[in-house]
Amino acid sequence: MKILVCISKTPDTTAKIAFIEGNTKFDENGVQWIINPYDEWYALVKAIELKEKDSNVAIHLVTVGGADTEPIIRKALALGGDEAIRINNITTDSFVVAQEIAAIAKEGGYDLIFTGKETIDYNSASVGSMLCALLDQNFISAAVKLDINGNAITVTREIEGGEETCTTTLPAIVSCQKGMAEQRIPNMRGIMAARTKPLKVIEATITNATTSIKQFDLPPAKSGVKLVDPSNMDELVRLLKEEAKVI
Amino acid sequence: MVLIYIDQADQEIKKATYEAISYGAALAKQLGTSAEALLLGTVHDDLTSLGKYGVTKVHQVNNATLNHFDARMNSTVIAAAAKSLGATVVIFAHNINGKAIAPAVAVKLSAGIVTGACALPKTDAGFVVTKTVFSGKAFASIQIDTPIKVISINQNSFGITSNDGVAEITNLAIEVPSSTISITSVDKIQGEVPLTEATLVVSGGRGLKGPENWGILLDLAKALGASTACSRPVSDSDWRPHHEHVGQTGLQIAPNLYIAIGISGAIQHLAGVNRSKTIVVINKDPEAPFFKAADYGVVGDAFEVVPALTAAILKSKGGA
Ligand SMILES: Cc1cc2nc3c(=O)[nH]c(=O)nc-3n(C[C@H](O)[C@H](O)[C@H](O)COP(=O)(O)OP(=O)(O)OC[C@H]3O[C@@H](n4cnc5c(N)ncnc54)[C@H](O)[C@@H]3O)c2cc1C
Repeated sequence: MKILVCISKTPDTTAKIAFIEGNTKFDENGVQWIINPYDEWYALVKAIELKEKDSNVAIHLVTVGGADTEPIIRKALALGGDEAIRINNITTDSFVVAQEIAAIAKEGGYDLIFTGKETIDYNSASVGSMLCALLDQNFISAAVKLDINGNAITVTREIEGGEETCTTTLPAIVSCQKGMAEQRIPNMRGIMAARTKPLKVIEATITNATTSIKQFDLPPAKSGVKLVDPSNMDELVRLLKEEAKVI
Repeated sequence: MVLIYIDQADQEIKKATYEAISYGAALAKQLGTSAEALLLGTVHDDLTSLGKYGVTKVHQVNNATLNHFDARMNSTVIAAAAKSLGATVVIFAHNINGKAIAPAVAVKLSAGIVTGACALPKTDAGFVVTKTVFSGKAFASIQIDTPIKVISINQNSFGITSNDGVAEITNLAIEVPSSTISITSVDKIQGEVPLTEATLVVSGGRGLKGPENWGILLDLAKALGASTACSRPVSDSDWRPHHEHVGQTGLQIAPNLYIAIGISGAIQHLAGVNRSKTIVVINKDPEAPFFKAADYGVVGDAFEVVPALTAAILKSKGGA
């Protein structure tokens, strides 16, 4: 059983969001980079849990990005990936990312491809769905639970106002979110082992971006909070009705 | 032509669809073209009434297999329909199913895509769509460089506009591949509005001290007809179910009213809720960071303030 886990580098959740070059570029100055939480906590750790149950599972990691993604790839290897591939392509276009990963996936013949539900920087939630079209494989999104039985998987996914459980056959692509697995921290042994695990770099082949970012903007600042006396909730109700007009 | 995908569950049209149609119709007007909708499968709703939101036609691929959601099957059928109808823009709601299929449809149509759009595109020079990025902490204006475009719109970001209008229903013959996914069970929380569709939300944090204290919050939600949410530590401690978790690593929501009770307002929490139109913060600490993001604030003990607010709402509803 071969599992490919897609790993993306994102700014830490507390990173200051600011832009440079006339608001056309994200200001990376002083930013701490992390593995996208959905990729790490749910997709990767789920793959590790499956490997712990079945030693025949091999976990390959793939990331599309520059050399500055290597620290987070090493961390993912420390958590429990077996080997990693970095495709040296710096892009913000999901379609470029998906095509690069599809090429790796075709070559590797994976049974399962895991992605996070979305990245916390561009929030595109696109790569898994694009892989579904590029590889013509089954795709189950927003998964909260997954079990493997031979060549079949049973997956529970989130739907509006509840959950839905379905079965399908491998190979399949699954996007993972909260519920799939429990967050872990790498241990010393993992960190040491990660140093010598294979990390292959492949040059970019895809250049046909379909979108380009023209400008970033920050939301307008709130005009300031209006405090209401805790003993006067009638006033709050009045404000919500007459001023905010929301109830 | 602008084609809007009708999302359904249990043969009922989802609310997010009406907003997607309103958006698609406004875009069609801006582009000087028509807006038409596409339904896969069958629904109990009256399809002609979708004309109210601005579509002239509803194309239906009338095949019961399509009443079950399968991302690969649905995206194949939608792309084939969009091609045969000559759609130049395809619109989805950025809800769970929209996220699962819109990017696949874009690939099949060789179209550029922007997911999570929050405003109509600027089309005077090029085609530039604004979306939220960094989980709501910023916006990006993204140009789509392909002849065909796909957009999914964030829920509660455009609103529903309706007029009088009646849509014509046409049957669309598209080959439906067999589904390789079988749904074995569906577990829905009865009688609750899904959080992403809710216009009013009452949310609780660690300040409520424990699950046994949620009654005051639920009473307030009931009085308002609101849905309930919570901060991450609350769902992590199993005080509340995981699907109520909002924030950067939970659901991102944009209701008209978000009432935060005993939530400090950490940056990761704010990321999921700061697109709410009006934010009310109830917190006993006047220094809580949430007050900086709030429209209305009450500095006080939730255990006193919340029941008083519930009583005031019930009183105002009683007309007193
Ligand atoms: C990578 C990462 C991702 C994260 N993602 C999320 C996310 O998606 N969503 C999320 O919510 N958090 C997220 N967090 C956690 C976040 O940083 C905060 O820890 C969390 O939001 C705090 O939850 P809270 O406000 O309920 O609790 P606390 O921070 O403990 O705040 C409790 C508040 O209640 C107030 N209070 C106490 N008693 C009362 C009373 N009687 N009456 C009124 N007020 C009272 C206190 O003054 C305080 O402000 C994330 C963190 C990390 C590191």
